[in-house]
Amino acid sequence: MLSKRNKEVLFNPLSKDNPVLVQILGICSTLAVTVKLEPAIVMGLSVITVMAFSNVIISLIRKTIPTTIRIIVQLVVVAALVIVVQQFLVAYDYDVSLQLNVFIGLIITNCILMGRLEAFALNNKPWPSFLDGVGNGLGYMLILVIVAFFRELLGSGTLLGYQVIPQWCYDHGYMDNGMMILPPMALITVACIIWVQRARNKDLQEQA
Amino acid sequence: MNKNSNIYQILYAAIMVVLVGAVLALVYMSLKPRQDENIANDKRRQILAAVHIAPPTESETGATFDKYVTGGMLVDSLGAVVDTTRKAAFEVDMSKNVKQAQRQLPVFVCTLDDGSTKYVIPLYGAGLWGPIWGYAAVDDNGNTVYGTYFTHSGETPGLGARITEPEFQKQFDGKELHKEGAFKSIAVMKKGQKPLDGSDYVDAISGATITSRGVGDMLEQCIKYYEPFLKQLSNRSNQ
Repeated sequence: MLSKRNKEVLFNPLSKDNPVLVQILGICSTLAVTVKLEPAIVMGLSVITVMAFSNVIISLIRKTIPTTIRIIVQLVVVAALVIVVQQFLVAYDYDVSLQLNVFIGLIITNCILMGRLEAFALNNKPWPSFLDGVGNGLGYMLILVIVAFFRELLGSGTLLGYQVIPQWCYDHGYMDNGMMILPPMALITVACIIWVQRARNKDLQEQA
Repeated sequence: MNKNSNIYQILYAAIMVVLVGAVLALVYMSLKPRQDENIANDKRRQILAAVHIAPPTESETGATFDKYVTGGMLVDSLGAVVDTTRKAAFEVDMSKNVKQAQRQLPVFVCTLDDGSTKYVIPLYGAGLWGPIWGYAAVDDNGNTVYGTYFTHSGETPGLGARITEPEFQKQFDGKELHKEGAFKSIAVMKKGQKPLDGSDYVDAISGATITSRGVGDMLEQCIKYYEPFLKQLSNRSNQ
């Protein structure tokens, strides 16, 4: 089930090959949905679902796809899955679906998806493709959750909607940082995470 | 079979599209009842928000709505009541209704804990990128605004989207819809400016000129049809 190679496929995207930190893909939605933790988690789960299943589907039909129209085929599969996810959200988590409205639709344009389909699913069997999709989705979600954690904590003083910074801090002059709620701080937070990661992984550092 | 022949490609694309279409239709049909229920609940929450009531939990939305929104009616442009069921008022789709020459005018009757009665009027208008809508609750004197609720489908986050914030909506509380007996809608003005005709006004959102103007226009365009109805309310409360 989990051979050495499959393990690499699943776990490498979490750090060494992270789609956001190393490949710098999917930055747009990282800025947009990380103001609060809950939408970030739902967005991450949605991307994992769409990515895993589109990888499997493309991998299953990879031998039948005419090379000339393969991008269109990939787009149709991804778009269909995204619509399914969106419909499920409207039916089961209406509030979050309102918040994520535009961004769920934009999963289609998330570079991570098409990138994995082109680079992996078209040349690999369904099971490794599934793992690759889950792995990259998790790598994306991990960054989303880290960024959202700091933005919600410092920007609103809450986590998952619960107040975590006690009232006496506010009474003594502590204030939520409104900047954290704005998109630029997401970029800076991502940059800090990239900094920490490169500092720890020597082989990721570019030659000066 | 040659995978790159034209016939293969066209057939492949055609079959794929039909299959995907069928799957999506199936998903849509099977989830529709639940989605409609969610949308209706959201509408209930919005109406309650106009009278400053929030359901304690999501699942209690229906019960809270039944408790406070005690009635509903459809009135005509002369103020006469044509239907007195809450269901009829609830089922009016404002996005279609505003385009019709003969508009249906739904009103929700809310009875609050202190026994006072508020009349909630649905609003529908245009923002910068798409429709904006909301509800305005009016006291039983047909004049004073008790509360408002606005929302939108796609206004700019941080700018026009701020019409959903309580800070903006709270400004409308206590404003009056009439000056010296004539209908004067509440104006949404740039900070520091006042409307020339002496009507009540609130501060617009800086950086969201068009959405703010949209809210002002929406109030005027929607409430003006209710003018005869509001007159009757005010006459009744004066007796």
